[in-house]
Amino acid sequence: MSENKHLLEVEDLHVSFFTPAGEVKAVGGISYTLDEDEVMGIVGESGSGKSQEAYAIMGLLQSPGKVIGGSITFEGEDVLAKTKKEMTELRGGRAAMIFQNPMTSLNPVYTIGNQLVEALRAHDKAISKEDAAQRAMEMLTMVGINNVEQRMKQYPHELSGGMRQRVMIAMGLICHPKLLIADEPTTALDVTIQAQILELMKDLQKKTHMGIIFITHNLGVVAEICDKVCVMYAGKMVEQGPVDDIFYSPAHPYTEGLLRSMPRVDADSHERLIPIEGTPVDMLNPPEGCPFAPRCPHAMKVCLQKMPPYVELGEAHRSACWLRVQEALEKKEGKNDG
Amino acid sequence: MNLGSDKMAKYIVKRVLMALVTILAIASLTFFLMKAIPGNPFLSEKNPPQSVINALNEKYGLNKSVPEQYLIYMGNLLRGDLGESIKTQKNYPVARIIKEMFPTSAKIGAIAISWAVIVGVLLGCISAYYRGRAADSALRVVCTLGISMPSFVVATLLLLWLCGAGKPFPTIFDGSNWRSYVLPCMALGFYPMCYIARQTRTSMLDALSQEYIKTARAKGLLTRKIVLKHALRNAFIPVLTYLGPQIAFVLCGGFVVEKVFTIPGLGKYFVQCITNRDYPVIMGTTIFLASFVIIMNLIVDLLYKVVDPRINLAKED
Repeated sequence: MSENKHLLEVEDLHVSFFTPAGEVKAVGGISYTLDEDEVMGIVGESGSGKSQEAYAIMGLLQSPGKVIGGSITFEGEDVLAKTKKEMTELRGGRAAMIFQNPMTSLNPVYTIGNQLVEALRAHDKAISKEDAAQRAMEMLTMVGINNVEQRMKQYPHELSGGMRQRVMIAMGLICHPKLLIADEPTTALDVTIQAQILELMKDLQKKTHMGIIFITHNLGVVAEICDKVCVMYAGKMVEQGPVDDIFYSPAHPYTEGLLRSMPRVDADSHERLIPIEGTPVDMLNPPEGCPFAPRCPHAMKVCLQKMPPYVELGEAHRSACWLRVQEALEKKEGKNDG
Repeated sequence: MNLGSDKMAKYIVKRVLMALVTILAIASLTFFLMKAIPGNPFLSEKNPPQSVINALNEKYGLNKSVPEQYLIYMGNLLRGDLGESIKTQKNYPVARIIKEMFPTSAKIGAIAISWAVIVGVLLGCISAYYRGRAADSALRVVCTLGISMPSFVVATLLLLWLCGAGKPFPTIFDGSNWRSYVLPCMALGFYPMCYIARQTRTSMLDALSQEYIKTARAKGLLTRKIVLKHALRNAFIPVLTYLGPQIAFVLCGGFVVEKVFTIPGLGKYFVQCITNRDYPVIMGTTIFLASFVIIMNLIVDLLYKVVDPRINLAKED
């Protein structure tokens, strides 16, 4: 165990939703660390728990969702032990979050300026309105918006989607957070704008050295911006590792499936994408054992019975798959024999 | 209002012209409906001789045919003359009656609608915020009761419980005593309050589930600010829609409430003049109320733009 030198440390996090139909284990034991100046991608399909996991860090889980186990340590502080008031101070202050849909994430009835200034003044009570507006305009300039003085007076509906996401980013960064959680910030934008926003985020990250958690289902985005990746499936972390390892030597059939189903520029034009067969897990009745087993082309008997343990495959690269367990055992035996 | 002011002016002029047409239509419709009711102003228990009735009919022009009477009335109306009362307050100009009766009604109405809005919106917010908890359930029961109970029941119950000897409020209305205002205002505002609370709750729940609320929370705003600044302004639009005509109705006098508390207001008078077939007064008060409703609707439409900048009034052209 490191002595809390990480910016963020998530340890065996469990999040459940207590719905009338039963408990939904949205996040079932996730662990990772994030350092300053590091970008981590969390990849998974819809309903894999990747957003809920992030909401838990920010204290934004909505009832009936609840953290039921594990720990979250941010800058050495136990986030789950914080009071509501302390969480309000944390949110938007040292830890910021931006969301998927810039079209609906800004309040339509207040000006951009109002919403930016408000974000700053929520954490810096001493700052004057004029200074806050000045800072807001600096932030807008930093995220590549021009005519800032005029923009400050505009309403969200007068701005394009890409522009609004820039405003959201400016709003997230206005208090100089150490951690930024970006929940699919490019999903709702069209491709050229996506590239611009990614470029902007990379650029800002270099300038501010903040840690970023980038939640996405787009592996292309991950390759573009992330240092390391955490692949989630049905609330479980199935593979985790540096971005190169994940792309060049994936160690979980789900990761392999994701990579095969991703369009590539270097592919032949007649080459078809290979989808992952089957349907996502019913989270109310998750299967025993590995949640991916019912869709896995390599599934064995044991996969349906027990969740595999994590196997360390290299520096910071680990995977939860019985195939890897088997390989590890064989390797060990081979060593013993030799 | 950053809409081009000439566009705005054009919009308002258009709305005013439309309002005039509407008022003329309402006046015409009311006139013929009123004439369709059997009876006349001069019937009473003591049957006056036919010759007297004939003389009276002639005096007030009631011996002419209905279309003829209509043309005369509309002609006078266009010149701004609302005529004189035939019966209730004989030979008193209708305009003056409205001028004298309206302030009492308006005063009670204004107090009633004010507390209805303030309390209704507040309860609606509380109800939405504590959705599904005890406070919400209790408020919903009260509000459902409130909108399903006719105002005469509310007024009578208040009268029964809180008026009379040894009780805090007087039975007979006396404009100079503030205690006289309490119960009528309560009775008159109760229904709008419940309605506003329900409407606020619904639209508040919708607003609270929007993405921008998540953004506001992620910014680290206090709950109070999230609800009262970010959600409420968005949730207020449906309430505003309801408020326009409702303010007009309440200010012109709760017909029933004024009757129960014997308040000398426009509402009570309005009902009285219908039973008396006091034709000019019926016409005058109806036109007054209709104009008021139309003006309030126009104000509400202009206020939409203030509450929600996305609304573009001039676009309809």
